[in-house]
Amino acid sequence: MADLSIDVAGIASPNPFWLASAPPANTGDQVMRAFDAGWGGAVWKTLGDPIVNTSSRFGALDYAGGKVMGLNNIELITDRPLAVNLREIREVKRRYPKHAVVVSLMTETKRDWQTLVRKVEDAGCDGLELNFGCPHGMCERGMGSSIGQEPKLIAEIASWVKAVARTPVLVKLTPNTGDIVEAAAAARQGGADGVSLINTIKSLMGVDLERMVPNPRVGDGSTNGGYCGPAVKPIALHMVAAIARGMPRYPISGIGGVATWRDAAEFMALGSSTVQVCTAVMHLGYRIVADMIDGLNEWLDAHGMASARELVGRAVPAYREWGDLDINYKVVAHIDPTTCIGCQKCVVACQDGAHQCIFTGPGDRARPPHAHAPGKARAPVPFPFGAVAGDRVPWVDEPECVGCNLCQLVCPVSGCITMQELPGGPKQTWNERVAAGTARVPGGIHDESDAT
Amino acid sequence: MSTFLAKLPAGRAEAALPDKKPPMSAAEAKLEAERCLYCADAPCTQACPTSIDVPGFIKRIASGNVCGSARLIFAQNLLGTSCSRVCPVEVLCEGACVLEAWQHKPIAIGRLQRFATETARREAPGLLAPGARGGKRVACVGSGPASLAFAATLALEGHEATVYERRALPGGLNTTGVAPYKLHADAALAEVDWVASLGVRIRTSVEIGRDVAAAQLLAEHDAVFLGLGLGEDTKLGIPGEDGPGVVGATAWIEDVKLRGCAQPPLGHVVVVGGGNTAIDVARECAQLGAASVTMVYRRAPADMSGYAHEMEAARKDGVALVAHARPSAVIRDAAGVVKALRVTVAGAERDLSCDLVAMAIGQSKLRAVATQFPGVALDARGCVVADPTTGTTGHPKVFSGGDCVNGGKEVVNAVAEGRNAARHLLRTWSGTHG
Ligand SMILES: Cc1cc2nc3c(=O)[nH]c(=O)nc-3n(C[C@H](O)[C@H](O)[C@H](O)COP(=O)(O)OP(=O)(O)OC[C@H]3O[C@@H](n4cnc5c(N)ncnc54)[C@H](O)[C@@H]3O)c2cc1C
Ligand SMILES: Cc1cc2nc3c(=O)[nH]c(=O)nc-3n(C[C@H](O)[C@H](O)[C@H](O)COP(=O)(O)O)c2cc1C
Ligand code: SF4
Ligand code: SF4
Ligand code: SF4
Repeated sequence: MADLSIDVAGIASPNPFWLASAPPANTGDQVMRAFDAGWGGAVWKTLGDPIVNTSSRFGALDYAGGKVMGLNNIELITDRPLAVNLREIREVKRRYPKHAVVVSLMTETKRDWQTLVRKVEDAGCDGLELNFGCPHGMCERGMGSSIGQEPKLIAEIASWVKAVARTPVLVKLTPNTGDIVEAAAAARQGGADGVSLINTIKSLMGVDLERMVPNPRVGDGSTNGGYCGPAVKPIALHMVAAIARGMPRYPISGIGGVATWRDAAEFMALGSSTVQVCTAVMHLGYRIVADMIDGLNEWLDAHGMASARELVGRAVPAYREWGDLDINYKVVAHIDPTTCIGCQKCVVACQDGAHQCIFTGPGDRARPPHAHAPGKARAPVPFPFGAVAGDRVPWVDEPECVGCNLCQLVCPVSGCITMQELPGGPKQTWNERVAAGTARVPGGIHDESDAT
Repeated sequence: MSTFLAKLPAGRAEAALPDKKPPMSAAEAKLEAERCLYCADAPCTQACPTSIDVPGFIKRIASGNVCGSARLIFAQNLLGTSCSRVCPVEVLCEGACVLEAWQHKPIAIGRLQRFATETARREAPGLLAPGARGGKRVACVGSGPASLAFAATLALEGHEATVYERRALPGGLNTTGVAPYKLHADAALAEVDWVASLGVRIRTSVEIGRDVAAAQLLAEHDAVFLGLGLGEDTKLGIPGEDGPGVVGATAWIEDVKLRGCAQPPLGHVVVVGGGNTAIDVARECAQLGAASVTMVYRRAPADMSGYAHEMEAARKDGVALVAHARPSAVIRDAAGVVKALRVTVAGAERDLSCDLVAMAIGQSKLRAVATQFPGVALDARGCVVADPTTGTTGHPKVFSGGDCVNGGKEVVNAVAEGRNAARHLLRTWSGTHG
């Protein structure tokens, strides 16, 4: 069994799995039940002056039979009195001294921020998270993402907090910004010990077409909310990786669409030390952490890593600029005729959405005019017919295949289409071609010759 | 290490009966696992006699954590592999799946359980490690699922467990009785070999009460578990029953599972009985190519103790049923060859012509060996009296479970009872009794 214990910005945790600041971390009772289920830490639901919430506040995106691909909310920060939250934080820390209890904060004036910091630290928390990310409601009042979108304000408020804080400070960033690295750099400039990201993405969930009111509906109106859940993971991964690449070794707690140990491992490989989870717990409960712990352990063991720390940042070096990719690398689609079920989704996807190189029927058809491969191609060899799906098994015109992955992505049978490597010539990047002066592609705007 | 699997003869008749529920590929398993709703307080778990965390193990398949999935299954049921294949899931976990109430096909829990446990056993042979040696010494009488679950649970905690089996091959009815299209003898023995790898010692061809006295077993061990199962097929006691052409159902199935295809091709077969063993024999005969198979049952079809889904499947295999029929004699020709089974249906006598009669009207109880253990009592049916939640009997060192206690239920019940007795002992030994 690998060692799952980890540290982010000086906050120690028995494992990398934390509850994000949100409804699952709203009360002491919830946080303690989560710790009992296996969560290593929790970021308390954002504290500040208690607010009033609307009735009806969530909306969800279901996709192809799956529930809650994405979740949207118009909820604000805590609606419970500060004294009650502080009492519960103290109780949780007394009962769970080894777990990480971080408290999320949001308020306005320097005096308020510093008073709040002293109060929650007196309650015994292990760290602070500054909520500069909420993209609805609070930002209209000059807080949340309206701070996170202004690097100057990020640095300034972080420095107010750092001036009094005794525990590590994380700044929670909003994805509703142009350059996430600029925001992270501002946090570091303000003295923050690390960042957590992403908070939710500004969104409108949909429209009730009978009432002509967007969702989630609050009486006769609605408002833009914050979007999260599995659908936002790719956005979050990019932002985490961008900071890991741009600000090496700056501590990151990754958030956004984490639902399984595999998601967590991906965030860690791109530079997060811990991950935080909200939607998956709202959907499936605290119990999901058992498989996250178990699965990460199995994976680390299987890959010879003794500690989760070894995983952090492993994939960052491979995240490059487009111009630094090997342009001579080549893959083509290969269909396994023994597992193909003959749905021909790959055919229609390739014909209409890609490069017209997957066909049905015998292989004596002439190559269509849209040719990537120069010169006359030899007749492609179809797959043997009469396999599992009979003569519905399509075949790939390999010289024509650009290796885009689309057919593999749409094929319902996992493992049926594989992208196979072909010898593509010596490694060369676009930037190298530009430097060598060999980057010109014929057929350009000022090119008068006929490329065929 | 020589395995029991290696001792199994080749060319067995059972090879002609392919898996009714073939194994899933990884892709299939993931797709099916993603269909599970991950119910809270899940009804499938409640319906499982060993209380496997079904949504938990299915969720782990979906996330790609197959070893974790198998470990979760084995935490409750160390014979999770054979259970996944032999459990009557239609009336257990899958029958309770909430999707059924919603007019959807229930999650294929049994097949997913098979995928997880077989994959993990293949790819991670060291998934479960035997505990450090040097604990207590326990012995099991019989090597069926009840005993194996008992012994393996204790071996994993570092106790020395030895299993004694009177037959040449271990595994109990998993090896000799369960229909081959659910579990072939080779798969049953592969599981026994895996149980042995967890630290359980298995001694075959040793009959307790004959080769080793009960008193000796008691003297040499801290606890003894009786997992005797049931005895010989019962006879009807009608004229002509003794002699060739009339077989006991479990004896005949044992032949199919363990022996070669030496028997002549099956002709017309009559099966007497209305339980699951009767249905199994009938289906096996039909699938082995019998000219015809007729079940003879003394009451109405609705009274049959065999599962409705199994009878339905038997009908699809081509099995006919004659209900309200009372056998009175086996008719043989002058040479003693079976010609027909005489039955009374609605007051009239009828001869059902046939070449083979299979008696599937129950199995006797193995009273003799149980009573060699002082204090162990038998009830009116001849079953060992034991508490199903702790396995305790009238002798402080003797525990029991499985068919010999419950009178004949399922493999998964035997596993639950064996495991419960072992857990009771572990609690007792660690002083946290209760
Ligand atoms: C034909 C048939 C089909 C079945 N099909 C299914 C099915 O599909 N699914 C299902 O869940 N259940 C099925 N069952 C029921 C299931 O097989 C039993 O419930 C289960 O095997 C009971 O386990 P056990 O350990 O109690 O006994 P058994 O499996 O009967 O094992 C007892 C073992 O003890 C040995 N033994 C007995 N006395 C001694 C002694 N004195 N010394 C040494 N060894 C001894 C016996 O030789 C035997 O190997 C079927 C049963 C039969 C008869
Ligand atoms: C209902 C709801 C309330 C939230 N409240 C807060 C909050 O009070 N403070 C905060 O920092 N983030 C809040 N979040 C954002 C989450 O902490 C998290 O950053 C976001 O949901 C992305 O993670 P996920 O994809 O795991 O849900 C909230 C999210 C939801 C869905
Ligand atoms: S999408 Fe996959 S399964 Fe369907 S025809 Fe293409 S290769 Fe076969
Ligand atoms: S042991 Fe049997 S009843 Fe229990 S979950 Fe597995 S297949 Fe279902
Ligand atoms: S009842 Fe069905 S859907 Fe619900 S957890 Fe069990 S297998 Fe999954």
